[in-house]
Amino acid sequence: MFTRYDSLKAGYDVVIIGAGGHGLAAAYYLARDHGIRNVAVLEKGYLGGGNTGRNTTIIRSNYLTPEGVKFYDESVRLWQDLAEDFDLNLFYSTRGHYTLAHTDAAMRTMRWRAEVNKHFGVRSEAVDAASVKRGIPSIDMTCGGHAPILGALFHEPGAIARHDAVAWGYGRGADRRGVEIHQQTEVTGIRLLGGRLTGVETNRGFIATSKVLCAVAGFTPRILDMLDLHTPIYVHPLQAMVSEPVKPWLDPIIVSGSLHVYVSQTARGELVMGASLDPYELHSTRSTLDFVESTRSTLDFVEGLASHMLDMFPFLSEVKVNRQWAGLADMTPDFAPIMGVTPVEGFYLDAGWGTWGFKATPVCGKTMSHTVATGRNHPLIEGFGFDRFARYRLTGEKGAASVGH
Amino acid sequence: MKILECPLNGPRPVSEFAYGGEIRYAPDPDTCTDEEWSRYVFNRSGSPGLKYEWWCHIASGFWFIVLRDTLRDEVIETFPAEAVRRGLPTPLPSGAAAT
Repeated sequence: MFTRYDSLKAGYDVVIIGAGGHGLAAAYYLARDHGIRNVAVLEKGYLGGGNTGRNTTIIRSNYLTPEGVKFYDESVRLWQDLAEDFDLNLFYSTRGHYTLAHTDAAMRTMRWRAEVNKHFGVRSEAVDAASVKRGIPSIDMTCGGHAPILGALFHEPGAIARHDAVAWGYGRGADRRGVEIHQQTEVTGIRLLGGRLTGVETNRGFIATSKVLCAVAGFTPRILDMLDLHTPIYVHPLQAMVSEPVKPWLDPIIVSGSLHVYVSQTARGELVMGASLDPYELHSTRSTLDFVESTRSTLDFVEGLASHMLDMFPFLSEVKVNRQWAGLADMTPDFAPIMGVTPVEGFYLDAGWGTWGFKATPVCGKTMSHTVATGRNHPLIEGFGFDRFARYRLTGEKGAASVGH
Repeated sequence: MKILECPLNGPRPVSEFAYGGEIRYAPDPDTCTDEEWSRYVFNRSGSPGLKYEWWCHIASGFWFIVLRDTLRDEVIETFPAEAVRRGLPTPLPSGAAAT
């Protein structure tokens, strides 16, 4: 599927760190839309093996701030014809997306989000309890009696897609246009001369370049340390799990902030479930069901998430959990990403994607390729600038970013 | 179940504790610049390493200090805040520097 290169070239026009969805999408659009093909994508592990392959595959644009809504809506639009673009089936499946409200305060936020969404032409509605029951007939509307559902934000374009295929599609598209993808290639340093970028050190030698795009999710602080750049990014694990396949019965995607759970059913019949962020900083994705000394107990996680699933769907009590895993979420204080130019000329950042990055893969690739090609931030990412913290101009997306924060 | 050693209550399940973040020192708000203040308010040392952190045993409301390796989730030691009222042990382990 991909060309294998025995060695690195001495230099490239652009080096992209991280062969996840975001990095590969940027490479793809650089080659396709901007004609920049002398590009290397460096990956210390394997292609799509980070958060691209660890998320719960949900795509939506029902955000809270105008910056967020416009940005994610463009992403949802790009998703629509991506499979055709790639000639690869992404299993893109529009399901409808319910964000359940169990309190009056949550209902108020849902109305607010619905109004912001509609203002920007995004299809979202605040709906009452009866419509939730019609949309999800099998749900226990009382949630075990302790968190009755009052209504929801219903977002019709909400969808899921096969996340690995997204990385493969962008990777293959970039590869065919001459972009070199180097796996097992770790960046160990970044070289500057008089404040300008001159190249990157890797475990396979030095590469000269004047432009670097960093798209490494939970590893962002380690790369930024090489440049002595400081950001608010902090890293907590986010865990998810998947059940054994069962007969298809759940069409929409369900999210509950109060119960800290989101769930959808894949084309294969598995239930993909995610929880809220782990409660403290950790940089390990090791996550098995075993008891391992000095590793956090993931059994607690599975029990907690499963019990909330049973609040909503008690009949799942006999269904088995197949796998469980974690990703490293690079969190920001305003739950918006950090994108674009940085104080180091030639160094571009696509980070701070925390728990919400998968859905933004296409638009991140588009906007970051534009930013790298022109040296100026794309208009859609202006609310996500590196310097917004120093200027006290945050983009408050916390109300819509994810579950349970 | 992961166990954390509370200096007051002894070994307890980690679910009884709340994480309070890395220990950081505020610049003097009367003399520092807006930029210095923004660095203190927002920036964090995001890379893994040995860090001194605030933790709270929720049931007893007891705040204390944990020296922890955030790469491996290994607790090196825990001690009450009084033990360091004159400052944290120096030199700080790498990565533990307040930013």
